[in-house]
Amino acid sequence: MKTIEEIQNKKVPIGWDGKTLKEMRAEIDRVSKETGYYAGLEELTFKEADPIRFEKIFSKLRGGVVHARETAKKVAASPIVEQEGELCFSLYTPEADSIVTSTGIIIHVGTMGAAIKFMIDKDYEDNPGINDGDIFCNNDNHVGNVHTCDVHTLVPIFWEGELLGWVGGVTHVIDTGASGPGSMPMGPVQRYDDGYQITCRKVGENDELSKDWLLESTRSVRGSKYWTLDEKTRVAGCHMIRDLVLDVIEEEGADNYKQFMREIIEDGRRGFVNQVKTMTIPGTYRAASFIDVPFEGLDLPKFAQQDSIIHTPSEIKIHKDAHLEIDFEGSSRWGWHPFNATPVSITSGIWVMLAQTLVPNDRINDGAYYASSFGIPLGSWFSPDDIRSAHSNTWHGLVAGWTPLWRGLSRGYWGRGFLEEINAGNAHTSNWLQGGGYDHHGELSALNSFESAACGVGASAVKDGISHSAALWNPEGDMGDMEIWEVLEPLIFMGREILPGSGGPGKYRGGNGWQSLRLGWGAKEWTMLVAGSGAMATDCGLMGGYPGAAGYRFSAYNTDLKERIEKRLPLPLGGDTDPDDPGYEKNLKAETINRDRQAVTTQEEFGDYDLMLNYLRGGPGFGDPLDRDPKEVENDLNERFILPRFAESTFGCVYEEKDGEFVVDLKATKEKRKEMRKQRLEKSVPTKEWMKEEKKRILNKDASKQVQLMFAESFALSKKFTDDFKEFWDIGEDWMVYEDDLNVTKLGRHINRFKDNQ
Amino acid sequence: MADYKYDHKVINELVEGTLEWYQIKNMMSSHKDAERFKVYREVMQERVSWDDPILLPLGLHLYIVLKENGDRIVKCDCGHEFCDYQENWKVHANIFIRDDEEKMNEIYPVLMAPDPEWQVIREYYCPSCAAQLEVEAVTPWYPVIHDFEPDIDTFYKDWVKLPLPEVKSK
Repeated sequence: MKTIEEIQNKKVPIGWDGKTLKEMRAEIDRVSKETGYYAGLEELTFKEADPIRFEKIFSKLRGGVVHARETAKKVAASPIVEQEGELCFSLYTPEADSIVTSTGIIIHVGTMGAAIKFMIDKDYEDNPGINDGDIFCNNDNHVGNVHTCDVHTLVPIFWEGELLGWVGGVTHVIDTGASGPGSMPMGPVQRYDDGYQITCRKVGENDELSKDWLLESTRSVRGSKYWTLDEKTRVAGCHMIRDLVLDVIEEEGADNYKQFMREIIEDGRRGFVNQVKTMTIPGTYRAASFIDVPFEGLDLPKFAQQDSIIHTPSEIKIHKDAHLEIDFEGSSRWGWHPFNATPVSITSGIWVMLAQTLVPNDRINDGAYYASSFGIPLGSWFSPDDIRSAHSNTWHGLVAGWTPLWRGLSRGYWGRGFLEEINAGNAHTSNWLQGGGYDHHGELSALNSFESAACGVGASAVKDGISHSAALWNPEGDMGDMEIWEVLEPLIFMGREILPGSGGPGKYRGGNGWQSLRLGWGAKEWTMLVAGSGAMATDCGLMGGYPGAAGYRFSAYNTDLKERIEKRLPLPLGGDTDPDDPGYEKNLKAETINRDRQAVTTQEEFGDYDLMLNYLRGGPGFGDPLDRDPKEVENDLNERFILPRFAESTFGCVYEEKDGEFVVDLKATKEKRKEMRKQRLEKSVPTKEWMKEEKKRILNKDASKQVQLMFAESFALSKKFTDDFKEFWDIGEDWMVYEDDLNVTKLGRHINRFKDNQ
Repeated sequence: MADYKYDHKVINELVEGTLEWYQIKNMMSSHKDAERFKVYREVMQERVSWDDPILLPLGLHLYIVLKENGDRIVKCDCGHEFCDYQENWKVHANIFIRDDEEKMNEIYPVLMAPDPEWQVIREYYCPSCAAQLEVEAVTPWYPVIHDFEPDIDTFYKDWVKLPLPEVKSK
């Protein structure tokens, strides 16, 4: 029998108890804020009454989403998904709070939630309607995505006409049809360069994707076969999880499932608070990170051709009640580069990091979100106040912005004695080696080498960081198989080797990065680009350790390698072991050789026998290098983890080499280190004395333009940062650096506390 | 001796860095031991040559200690005393700045070092024993970062629920 609403053709709300989704979202926010408990749950009645059943449901769902991910990824052809596991599935409440998530790129717990919240806020329930069997797609950066290449599939889960939740799946696609090839290209400086963006669009009904969507989407990107199979991966995974949830509801009943959803999130909130109290120390932790944007002279619009620095100060406050607050006040302004981010991406990424340190369990859901808060300055690089901002390579800034948070928490772990959990930070997970065109199979395609999923890990307080093994954004870091890359990319491996000394020196070394040397081969028309840290180290090291090494590029165009191969002459092979003593050039002639700090480039034509180096960065070190066990330095030398000359200048180790075998002289090392400590005191000055000299340089505005611009942006956006700066240096009211005085573009510089425009 | 999950010997080996990987891995994978701070603080106290009670280990060589007059100060394991624990000890340390390629090249190959036009490396040493206590990689002009201000009283009273250590009467 039809209801009156149906006869009158009025839409019946799909939420619980006759509510709309918008009403449900508002109610959850209000009740959670008022009570301090998620959904006002002061007691977990289901969990307490029947804990085994509660955990059984959780295990079934958690196992199901992990299984769906593992199974669905085999559908994909893209090496980014199939080899590197750049996908993730998550299950949500009707209001878009995550209840359980798979392994993989779990940053998207937040971003897919943001997309569903966007649909709720924009009344999708009325138009275009949310129905059983619908399929939605989103990759719009400004909705809250990380970057355009992370494409979401979102599927509602209905039970007897009520919406009982959502399932979301995301894959990192290989190309988005941006102004440059690859998934995270250089070239975009505005949203309109970032590629094909889909804003929470209904792309299918009755579990079937619509033909107009399939045609339009595959014609909008390079590498359409990868795009198509990625979408099938996401849809397959979402439908597997939807089926699983419906089975659970059938078995447990809808009311129990509803109660479970609420309680598992509150349980996650309590678990997070407990971990903070168990492992850290209340107080304030401060740090800062920097990453270079060397755009002067690049092939970009004039207003984007400017050197600048992305500056991200962070202050972690752990309150008495273990509430975690992270404030990024003082961060740089957003800019005309593809490194901007959204608030959801920076905060969601923090959960990825916390899942590897503070909450290393499978209870990752939005409970932790309700136990923490963030200070995100509007107008900053991760909260642009202008929809024109580009985001294609957002990780450039994000991986730099997050790494100080490891160090902050590690100071707490050190104080409490949990030395085994300490991490000096993460590597800047670059280079991103990208390209596109007609490949060696004659197909229009693109590449983004995900070898960057295996960079050096930061050192801990009890052991060295692991080399070539991890990326912050995917806890399952994997460099992939060379043979697979060579099948899929028109590039042959000429070497794959650890780069000695790329990990930061310390009592415990940062894990080393490594290098792949790639030779162009077989593409019909192809362009390439690099994107990584160059002029700056993105982290500091911890408690006396040094940061991981900065970046550089090596590439060679129009080489003589064809002739050298024909004549069987020596070739450039292996790693670029010591860039101060270049080895490749000894076996190579080329019209153009780039060996410099310009580690971000726009696309350039790349042909057969051209060469490009992919340098994956190392992690920061822990502790004074002069405290390192000399026998460990001996091992570093023999394993080629460091270059011999740094054994003495950095680690104070005296050694002998015989037939390629290194032996450290323990007695001479002891003396050498004693002497080096003496030299430290001779060459250093009391910090207060140095401050007087540095203050003079500030007053005289003696710094490069990009450094002055960095401060001018932070001053313009933050009174607190300005006041703290001036108080520290004891500088008067009349001194200031303004953006307007630095001959930089005025475009996009909206929020400015020195102007009356707020 | 109380029945602790990890005794003084194990925690001392953790600090020394001599535990085997499988032992560290077990520590990382299992639930944290509530008594860790108590044992750790005692181990750290045994490792230093002075008697000031350690309130909180602050860094690889640094501690917040209690003085007889009730002051809480930052102290190096060599005995050097920096400042009140609420001040930034780095401002009372010695500093060395790597701000050109030659100085950078003692640590990294030139192309793998930060460009001094963009960034400098600041090394903070203990003025007495010259231990390198912290390294900052920041832009010129950047204020010295005050890394950590712990809330010691809340930590002892409300979190670990232990009495604050007291100065031993002589």
